[in-house]
Parts: sequence; structure tokens; C-alpha cells
Amino acid sequence: MDKATATHLTGFMLNDAPVQVEARVGERLSQALRDRLGARDVKIGCNAGDCGACTVLLDGAPVCACLMPLQQAAGRHVETLAGLAMNDPDALRLKESFQHHQAAQCGICTPGMMVSAVALLRGVPRPDAAQVQDALGGVLCRCTGYRKIIDAVVGAHAADALQVAAQELGSPARRLDGLAKVEGRDLFGDDVAPEGALVARVIRSPYPHARFTFGDLAAFEARSDIAVVLTAADVTGLNAFGVIPGFIDQPVFAVDTVLFRGEAVACIVGEASAMLAFDPADFPVTWEPLDALMTVPEALAEDAPLLHANRAGNIMCGGFVACGDAEAALAEADMVVEGSYETSFVEHAYIEPEAGWAEVVDGRLQVQACTQATGMDRETLAQILGMDRKDIRILPTSVGGGFGSKIDVSVQPFLALAALRTGRPVRMCYSRVESMQSTTKRHPARIDIRVGAKADGTLSGLAFKGDFNTGSYASWGPTVANRVPVHASGPYFIRNYRAESRAIHTHCPPSGAFRGFGVPQSAIAQETAFDVLADKLGIDPLEFRLKNALRDGQPTVCGQVFDQGVGIHACLEALKPAYERAKRACASFNAQNDSVKRGVGIASAWYGCGNTSLPNPSTFKAGLRSDGTLVLHQGAMDIGQGSNTVIVQIFAQAFGVPVADVTVLGADTDMTPDAGKTSASRQTFVSGNAARLAGQALRAQVLQQANASESAEISLDGGHLHVVDADRVHHVDLSRLDPDGEGYVLKAIETYDPPIAPMDKNGQGIPYAQFGYAAHLCVAEIDLKLGRVTPISFTAAHDVGRAINPLLVEGQVQGGIAQGLGMALMEEFIPGRTENLHDYLIPTIGDVPPIETLILEIADAHGPYGAKGLGEHVLIPTAPAIFNAVYNATGVRLMRAPATPARVRAALKEAGYA
Amino acid sequence: MSYLTPTTLDDALGALSGSGPVSVIAGGTDWFPALGERSFDGTLLDVTRVAGMRGISVQETGWRIGGATTWSDILRADLPPAFDGLRLAAREVGSVQIQNAGTVAGNICNASPAADGVPPLLSLDAVVELSSARGVRRLPLSEFITGVRRTARAEDELVTALHVPALPEGARGGFTKLGGRKYLVISVAMVGAVLTLSGGRITSARIAVGSASPVALRMTHLEGALIGSDLPEALACVTPERLSTLTPISDIRGSAEYRGEAVVEAIRRTLTRIMEGQAHG
Repeated sequence: MDKATATHLTGFMLNDAPVQVEARVGERLSQALRDRLGARDVKIGCNAGDCGACTVLLDGAPVCACLMPLQQAAGRHVETLAGLAMNDPDALRLKESFQHHQAAQCGICTPGMMVSAVALLRGVPRPDAAQVQDALGGVLCRCTGYRKIIDAVVGAHAADALQVAAQELGSPARRLDGLAKVEGRDLFGDDVAPEGALVARVIRSPYPHARFTFGDLAAFEARSDIAVVLTAADVTGLNAFGVIPGFIDQPVFAVDTVLFRGEAVACIVGEASAMLAFDPADFPVTWEPLDALMTVPEALAEDAPLLHANRAGNIMCGGFVACGDAEAALAEADMVVEGSYETSFVEHAYIEPEAGWAEVVDGRLQVQACTQATGMDRETLAQILGMDRKDIRILPTSVGGGFGSKIDVSVQPFLALAALRTGRPVRMCYSRVESMQSTTKRHPARIDIRVGAKADGTLSGLAFKGDFNTGSYASWGPTVANRVPVHASGPYFIRNYRAESRAIHTHCPPSGAFRGFGVPQSAIAQETAFDVLADKLGIDPLEFRLKNALRDGQPTVCGQVFDQGVGIHACLEALKPAYERAKRACASFNAQNDSVKRGVGIASAWYGCGNTSLPNPSTFKAGLRSDGTLVLHQGAMDIGQGSNTVIVQIFAQAFGVPVADVTVLGADTDMTPDAGKTSASRQTFVSGNAARLAGQALRAQVLQQANASESAEISLDGGHLHVVDADRVHHVDLSRLDPDGEGYVLKAIETYDPPIAPMDKNGQGIPYAQFGYAAHLCVAEIDLKLGRVTPISFTAAHDVGRAINPLLVEGQVQGGIAQGLGMALMEEFIPGRTENLHDYLIPTIGDVPPIETLILEIADAHGPYGAKGLGEHVLIPTAPAIFNAVYNATGVRLMRAPATPARVRAALKEAGYA
Repeated sequence: MSYLTPTTLDDALGALSGSGPVSVIAGGTDWFPALGERSFDGTLLDVTRVAGMRGISVQETGWRIGGATTWSDILRADLPPAFDGLRLAAREVGSVQIQNAGTVAGNICNASPAADGVPPLLSLDAVVELSSARGVRRLPLSEFITGVRRTARAEDELVTALHVPALPEGARGGFTKLGGRKYLVISVAMVGAVLTLSGGRITSARIAVGSASPVALRMTHLEGALIGSDLPEALACVTPERLSTLTPISDIRGSAEYRGEAVVEAIRRTLTRIMEGQAHG
């Protein structure tokens, strides 16, 4: 018997090489692979077998490396993506196919997906979609909506015949950063810290509301395993962070009272080996739990204690838009429909937990972490640390999904304080539970809506009141409060409108930015109320929408008039063929089935791109070196959505050379001008414009060198820059120009800021320079006895102005629909109860049905080459389309999200179903 | 603090009968999630290399499923239709990754009310083989699991196998799991069933329900009432009154009321599938 494995080496084959490692008792295979054997291609998303990102092959069989004792690998063969991608024939085909279909967006789940797919293909070389779903069902993806992954695996056998798509603007170019993702070489927040870095762990409140006192911190810090203990007293600048001026209210460390479960009170830093054994329960803190206000009604109660003394009634802020006279119009309407709706906290559930590291380099602080907002990270740290911004460098890693939550800082302040204090590199990675407890969520909403129409279906008025549970601190709550009243009309022409929103504090995690900033919630109320209204008027819901859809030249509820670019009509028209087919198919299905019914639902959406009536600039720099290298400084964070590709496609088009001629640098605050945050669907629109302007400006300089006309063609060939103007060919000798400090002989820096104007007290003004438009159609099946709602198919029409990269457009649409589906049917974050990925459910590869994307290009005058933003539009119509399908099939109106089987069944029973 | 990898049962049992506490690990699919982010400083006994612990064998009076048999092993095994429910359950345990590592004994020792393997094993009348240095004893599975996360296993015992007694000729199994999504899901309710039929009528019935009581239960009232029923009669037999031993709770996955109704429906569907499958040969 091998009694002493603890001190024995565990030896196995890792990919093609024998390895040996001294295994600790209770050590996970994943931990050893990553930390001690350098296999950082094995990603850790949950440490509980819930996400499958760490999937490796053990003697050919896929297993979660996070659930396998390292010792069980002894004598066996462990294969990971990085190894497989070198020479495994199935992996080589998958590499091509994944890139061709853009089956990797952020790429954090890609190793798990591809390794699982290799195991499948070895046994089943030509699997069908169902076999792929069964084989990959254990790996979660939050970006893609899975359909491209299914396509990639189903099509892998034919990968050798795939043609690589063109790269120019308008082509379905492969992701420029895609190869690293499918080879397991892409580096995320927890993949980059140097060996020997100290490890930081945060002490967090187990209570949603409590006072606390520390014990003997000095004695604790004197422990041999502890390097430093950080608390509020160690914050060198302002012990607060936030994202909106006037709302910088969340402490890095709570001082004496915590306002949500998971709030940080201290940070422990120690050697990596010591921190492995660190038990947070040893930390000297005494908690005095206090009553917690967990819901909006509790927080609004007259005698409710205040979370923040300066926010009366626990009301943080509100938003308001009004035009005409909504009450009078509703009173005069021929038909009025009312409804009260409720939605839940939604967790972003990116598969990459927050992670990064920091160190002090030549007196400057360098923080490398996953983030959506490098510029804001730097600004926030400067304030917290009391340092000058120029002394801080934010060097982002690849981001394994963000969806809004990684706009706010998470690990960054702890890492920065710890690195400055210890003078050593410090790393940290949130556990899944910690990530879910402490980072922002989508606001739960309670919405009352009334909408009225004339007998002919003309909308006459809409009144909307929404209370949003904004949690304990501000984060992006004010943005949600502002955006919702602007959008709650939907993309319709409504002349009598009144919408109020309020952000209410509770002892819940801070609600913040999440794809759509409150609009997905308001769209559920508005779009489903429209279907009931149309139904009561005897008008087809699609016709009702077409009748009222906003047109060029008609004012929005904010009084903003677009002379061009209003694409909602086109989206709705585009759905007509699918709608007619779906209605016929549902009717014939329902004639043959009693216990399950199918219905078709439609919902529209619009979404303003960029900040709401606020400046929102993006700056890009590009230059030519004397050797002919064309460089683009690309600061727009790619969190999987594809700005690393789209921005370069736009720049190349503007400068007038193939994409392959562009060398891309960044993002890195030392190198790239501030492109603004990746949020508000602004990168293609705003940063795209800045990149376009930079490309055009640099092109103008080149043409000037050659005295060439604007229609001249530029070519960069092996360092030789030629300008072909009509019949003349100029060789521009860059080497005779003087390089600047950065080595550029020609350089352009351009900024784009969307033209907006403030809104008045009634919300009248110009909140956005452009809107994007969408309409979704869902066919859903309802199991009447079990209350299960199963989407059967989606058709998604999106007006993107101009599809810079149609494949990326499809990726956004499919991924957004998956998130909308999750929000509609299964996702409900409950603080203290669903802080993991098995109690908090997101859709798996078996839950997202086929999606047909209809791309419409109603050019926008402000968009780069006509393009509009897209990232958030994609999930706004999904949930109401599903709910409308249920209404169509059963006559039951769903008013609570998520519509879990238990809730749907209860609603069916209330409506008289047996 | 050590990691033990015995290759013989005697060594494994010897390790368990020592002085200190020993934690047993097989597939690790429940062990690591329970550990969470903490470190482990005890003794860990890995039973996956113990001879005879893994695999399914036909015995004179039924089948022996070694404790370290994985769910994937069950899926690959050549088993009669009475095991169809267990096979369906095996496909529903977590994911392929979990099925490749997670074991049958681990599933019952973890004693979750939502353990996917328990209802089908109950419907197979499975008996648990517990071995220790003191000897071997056998307990019906229904007596082995005593509560939420509690079993009758003594600290020095190892679940070395499950025995499935000889099954009636022509018995067919079925399984239904209701959950909030397609894969990687903890059940809202589960039904495992084994029926024998003659001329389209039920001649024997074993129905077990999971996730609707602290420990999965056999529905003995219902089983008795089903005898002699054809399909329409059988469906009518499935009433809440005959399931009154269930004590469904309300939690994040569903209300008690919903669970109660869903169980009725899940049993009916399980019966339908088995009986129609029989009819269609």
C-alpha cells in the first residue's frame, strides 16, 4: 500500500511530456496544472464542476480538472488544449472551424469547449447537433449563445476545405485575436502574474448589514504567514470608489458598518504557499448583525432606516421623461391595458472571475487585470491611492466576459494598495462565490405600466413607473434611472408619455451596469403590455407594432427627431415571412397536441448608443514608422464582443490599406489614448469613429506627402509606401522624414465625441446621437402541466446601420439572446442563496435553440460607415418575445421574470388550466 | 496528513480502522465542491484503485455494481431494460465530465435529497454492501440513506458495492428528471420506476421519487394500486393522496405546491414511456 503519497512525486504524461509534481493532499489537478506545471490554458471558472472551463482529457476522457485529486493522474495521460492544439488532428480541425464560425468570443470557455469536442470527435467524427450538445453540455459559455460552437463542432470534419474570409470592412473576417484563443495561448486575469507574487485575499461580511470591530490586527499581522493586513486605515487616498461624479460612495474597505453581504472589510496578503492554508475564519473580526432591508418595499417603508444619511427615503436618484399629457390620453383611449411587473437580480456570470496582479515598477504602479475600462480604472486608483494618474499604468489582460460588471473596479484597489505597501508583486483571483457576492448585478425592477390606444390601434398614451433595487452603493444605478424613462416607450411614436424611475437602496449587492442598463426590464413590461393591448383591440401584434413604429422625422418621447436612420420599421417588416411561417406551424402543432402548446411572440427594441446626454469621447492614435510599419494604438477594450477586430477593420478602411497591413498596439494606458469604457454599445460607434478619423487624418498626411488626390490608393509593400493616383505612382520615402519621440514619421491623433445635448426637466433633449433597432421573434413551447417554457427558435432582425463584420454581428445577437432567454426563464440571483453556478442557473448548450439573424443596414449619418452600436440591443427584445409567445399560445400573461416552471404553472392554473 | 491510494480492499479497510478520521474520495465530484476554497489537512483515502471496486458483474442472484463504478461505466454496460431508468439517470448526472469521474457509491454516500442515482436504484431494490475490517453487512438502500447528507455508514466502513437482486422477467425501467435547464442541473423532482407488464397491464411496480422529501422514497401505496392497471387506469391511479409520504419543500428551484404537482405529472410520464415502449416492442 502506498501510504505516503503525500511526500511522493505524482508522475504523469502532460500532453506529450512526462511531468512530476509533489502533490499536496487535497490538491486539485487544475491547481497543479496551472500553478506548478505552467498549463495556464486550463481555465478555472468555478472550482465546483459547474462550468467545465477546466476540462482536460484523462486517458482520453473529459473530466473537470478542478474536481480531480492530483494524485489520480498518476501514471495516466492528461491532455489540455495547448497540447492538443499543437498536433491532434481533431483539435487542428476544430481550431480552423472555431475561428471560421467565431465560436470563441471572449475565449475563456474555449479550452473546455474544444477539449470536450476533441473527445467527441475521436469517437464520432461527424456528430450531429444533438450529439454535440450532449458532449459539450458540461461547459458553460456566457458570450456566444452556443450556436456557433455547435456549428463549429458539427462542421469540424470539413475544416480543411474552409476558405478564410476576407478581412475588409463588411466581410465576416475572423477575429484578429482568435488564433491565440483556440490554441489556449490567450492570457486572462489570472494567467499573467509572475512566479513568487504574494497572494491577496479579502475578508468579507457574511451579513447583509452589520457593525463590526476588529480584534488585535497587529498581532494578526505579526503571524509568520501574513505579510500585510490592509483595512480602511491603510487607504492612502479616498476610501471610496464609484463611476459617476457625485455618487462615489462605495468604500474600498468598510469602516465600521457593512451594507451588503460580501462587502470587503480587510485584505490579507501573504506568500502564495501560506495563503493556500489561510482560513479567513481566523481573522479577528466581530460582527454585530443588524436588520437588513432586502427589498424595495422594505426600503421605502416610512420608518425604514437610511442606508446613506444624505439619501432621504433610501431613494438614491430618479429619472423622468414626459411629453404631451399621458393621463388625459389614457382617459380618452378606447382601450387601456395595465400591468405590474417584477424582475429579479441577474448575475453577469462571466466564466472568468475577477483577477489580476500589480507591482511597482520604477516608482510607478502597474496593474494588470481584466477590465472593461482602463481609463476609469486609472482614475479610480489615482483617487483611492492619492497618486497622480501618470504614475499609474493599467495594462489589461484579455477579458473572459464582462457584460457591464467589469466596468467597475474589483480586485484593482486591493492589488494596488498591497503592491505599494509591500513593494512586491501581488496577485489575486476572486473565487466564484466571492465574485457573485461582491460584484454588481442587474437591477431588479418593479414596474407599473398603463398603455392606451385608439380603436384603430394608434397608441394614444403610456404611463410608466419603475422602482429599481439599486442595492447598497451607487455604481451605475443613476445611469439605469436615467436611461429607463428615455427608452420605456420602446421604438414607437407616442405623443403622450410620462415615465418615472427611481433607484432605491437596499442591503443587497450594488446593482450596476449590465447589458442594457435597465432597458431589458422596462421592455418586458412595455412590449408584453402592447401584445395584450393589440389582442384586446383585435389587431395582430406585428401589425400593431408596424402601425406605431417610430419613423424618420417623428419625435421620440424626448422630442428628439431623427431625419434618418430609424430602422424599427425595417426590422419588423423583415420578420414578416418568419412570422407567417411560425403562425402556421404553431396552429398545426396545436391542433395535434393537447398537453403542450406552441406560440409565436414578437418584441421590438431600441437602444441609444453612448452616454445619456453626457460627453463620451474616444481618442485614437495611429502612426507610420520610417520602415513603413503602420501602427494603430487600439484602446477600446475587447471583452469578447470583437473591438480588436472591428476597430482595425474600420481603421484600415479609412486609411485605405488591407487589415493585414495594420500593426495593433494596446490596450495599455501608457500606450493607448483613452478610448473610453466598453459599455453603452459605444465602441463600434464612438471608438469606430475615432479610429476612422485617425485613419483618414493619417491618410491625408500621406497623400499630402505625395501631392496625391483623395481618391488615390495607398499601398504598403515590404516597408515601401506607394501612392497610386490615377496613372501616377509615387514612392513616399518615409526614411527621409524625422521620427518623433515615439518613432513615428507621420502621426494622427483624433477624438470623436457624439453630438448630444442635455435634457430638460421633462427629459426633452438629445440624449443620444444614434439609436440601434431590433425586433425578435420567438416560437416557444409551453408544457401546460409542468409550466416549462421551451424556446423552439428565434428570428432576430437587427438594424446595425452597417455590418462592419457580419459574423461578429451574429455572435452578438446569438449571445444576447442566450442572456435574454436566461433572464426570462431561469436567472434569479438571491443574495446568500444562489452564489454559485449550480444554484444560479444560466443557459447551457442545450437551452438555446437555433437563431436566425436578419441583418438590416439602415445607415446612420453619425456612425462610422453608417454603423450603429449593437451590444446591448441584442438582449432587450428577447425576454418579452418569449413572454409574448407564451401569451399567444395560452392567453396567459407572464409578469414576473424569471418565469420559472413553478411560476408559469401557477399562472396557468390561475388562468383556469387544469 | 496523507493521501492514501490502496490497491487492495484489506489495505483500504485497514486505513479506515486506524485512529484518526479519514475522508474517502472517489470521483471527487462532490468532495471538492464540499471543500470549497478551503485547504484540506486530513487524511484522504482514494478508493479508485482498489481491486474489485469498479465495474458491473452478473451474479447468481442479480448484479453487483462496484462502489467506484462511474456513471459512464453504467452507460457503457450491457444491462437489461430494467436498468433503463438507471441508465437515463446516469446521462443526467451533471455532465459528461462528472459522469466520467463521479461514482455510484459516491452519489449515495453524499446523500443529497436530489441525488440523481437514488430513485432509479431504489426502484431496482438496490442493496448497499458495506465493508469494514469487522466484516461485511448489507443494507437496503432505503435504510442506508437516513437523512439529508446522512447515511448509516460507520466511519470504518466503505461502500464497496451495490447489489441489484434478480429482477422479474421482462421488467423495464424508466426515469424522469425535472430541472430548470437542460444540462448541469439539480433536479426539482425525479422519478425512477421499474414495471413489469402482462397484456398491457401492470403486474409489478416499483416507483421511487427524489427531491420531494429529505430522502428519496418508494411510493408503496401507489405501487400497490397500480397492479392490474392498463395505461389509462395507471395514470388515474397517480393521485396526490397516494403520494402523501412525500414532503416537498419550497426552495429556489420550485414551490412545494409545484413540486407536489410536478411529481404526479412526472410519474405519469414515466409510466407512459415505459408502458408505451413495451407496447411498441
